[in-house]
Amino acid sequence: MTGMADFVEDSGAQGLSVRLSGRLTLADLGDFPRRLEGLSATPAEIDLSGVDRIDTVGAWIVQQLAERTGAQITGASTDALRLMDLVRTAETEVRVRPDRPSPAIRVIGEIGEATLLSFKTLIGLISFFGEILIASWALIRHPRRLRMNAVVHRFELVGVKALGIIGLMSFLIGIVIAQQGAVQLEQFGAEVLTVNLIGRITTRELGVLMTAIMVAGRSGSAFAAQIGTMKLTEEIDAMRTIGVSPIEALVIPRMLAAIVLMPLLGFYAALVAILGGGLFCWVSLEIPPITFVQRLQEVIPLTDLWVGLLKAPVFGAIIAMTGCFQGMQVSGNAEEVGLRTTSAVVQAIFLVIVLDAFFAVFFTQIGWI
Amino acid sequence: MDLENPIAIRVRGITNSFGDQLVHDNLDLDVRNGEILGVVGGSGTGKSVLMRTIIGLQQPQAGSIEIFGEPMTGADPETELDLRRRWGVMFQGGALFSTLTVAENVQVPLREFYPDLGQKLMDDIAAYKVLMAGLPANAGPKYPAELSGGMKKRAGLARALALDPQLLFLDEPTAGLDPISAAAFDSLVRSLSHALGLTVFLITHDLDTLYATCDRVAVLADHKVIAIGTLPELLVSDHPWIQQYFNGPRGRAAMAAVDRHPAKEA
Repeated sequence: MTGMADFVEDSGAQGLSVRLSGRLTLADLGDFPRRLEGLSATPAEIDLSGVDRIDTVGAWIVQQLAERTGAQITGASTDALRLMDLVRTAETEVRVRPDRPSPAIRVIGEIGEATLLSFKTLIGLISFFGEILIASWALIRHPRRLRMNAVVHRFELVGVKALGIIGLMSFLIGIVIAQQGAVQLEQFGAEVLTVNLIGRITTRELGVLMTAIMVAGRSGSAFAAQIGTMKLTEEIDAMRTIGVSPIEALVIPRMLAAIVLMPLLGFYAALVAILGGGLFCWVSLEIPPITFVQRLQEVIPLTDLWVGLLKAPVFGAIIAMTGCFQGMQVSGNAEEVGLRTTSAVVQAIFLVIVLDAFFAVFFTQIGWI
Repeated sequence: MDLENPIAIRVRGITNSFGDQLVHDNLDLDVRNGEILGVVGGSGTGKSVLMRTIIGLQQPQAGSIEIFGEPMTGADPETELDLRRRWGVMFQGGALFSTLTVAENVQVPLREFYPDLGQKLMDDIAAYKVLMAGLPANAGPKYPAELSGGMKKRAGLARALALDPQLLFLDEPTAGLDPISAAAFDSLVRSLSHALGLTVFLITHDLDTLYATCDRVAVLADHKVIAIGTLPELLVSDHPWIQQYFNGPRGRAAMAAVDRHPAKEA
């Protein structure tokens, strides 16, 4: 007797009668609803006496059929009647998704939104920078308010914990530069210039640039995600009500950590890259370490070091600022944290590279070649 | 199928601990078919942990759980999946998927278990479930972030009811609601469980909810269920916590409210 939901059509004197049978429940529907659409004629009667079990889905289907065709429902158990009563309250139309405008309008709308968003981001970033300056000025006047514990903790996360990965990356980059440089310079019989190449490119450009990219990926993203999550859980609002400025408590320590540690990490990266390059020169080009170091001293002007070290804190500030800014922009749901974290990293790296180009032109113009 | 089985959930000898903090120690509990069982206990007595253990989100260190006569502890994945479609769970904050609209949230379990239902029927089902949970019609296409706390709870209830479950778990359904919404939620749970023949496992702190909806109440304390029974049965217990709980000022106020409006109990 028990079985899947089923029906038979039965033409009697009063017209077509549909006799339902089996379990009219969600789990046993199968293709029942689809077959019910294909009735041969409009039924005058829906007979439920053969139904073993019914749930709200079954009641809904019967109810809909009866309403559409004006058929009489007969043989319904008290359970079935109660459930049909329950779902009948649901006659108002409920939409599942918000309305979608036509594609053409959507494209125009999205372009407009994107434009507005970029202007808003720009203005937001500038005002965020202003907020940071105000908070910094307040901290300079009242240095005791600086949260030393938080700063030291950030130093560890941004700096100390990054030493391993930045060291490994720089070492490998040093080797790659040396190897590729040697292959090209060999054609002119100038392998010995490989030392110039390694020394100058790492101190001047790559050490700091690669470190900036790594710090943006490691710490910029972490800043955005941490602050974004705190925003979602209303921690930032709680801070404000207690009278703690989130800029002072969260942003300044991160900014400080990035500004102070970027030059150190950049310098460290340059040294390790030189070490990697030197190792390659020693093993592959048979330039002994002593000669390598001597040549380095001759070919790297001190200004190269200054170029690298002056850029680094600026990059650090950019990375920390975009990270914290994007974190503060989070609102709504968890997906937003992910989106904001992504844009923090993308914006930070983009801005760092744009600024690097400016710096390159600038330092060349003032004669630090 | 299991209407002949009088016990919906049978918990035997459950032990749970986090580190050296013991939560449950050899805990037994029976939930009868078709009843609304309220679970009360002080903060940190492991009400939510008990619910998570029963629905399999947490593995107990010892003990066994049977749901509709089928063992839940150590069940093979297929049996577990089969059991899962027979219950609905409403978490404290609603736990709605934030990137889906309310109606799409309701459709998630349907899509997962019955992928060949057809979009039209799925939309219809979501629509009447949304209304059945007491949400206004315009809540369907809204995202969870646009809803108030009470509406989130109702949306969570709509999703819990999506599969027409026989068993419903509610974790603090009225916490954080204003008294009017809380009372409306109580009567909604009561009428739904009556109409759908639901067994309800209801965790609450709300004395009014206990009086208004529950058939029986289980009291969690000292790592065990120290008492279970109807409210009049519990009121005569001499356990100090139960006395404090039900005969404190709030307990008496809730009782007085029921005495003034006895119809609510029916």
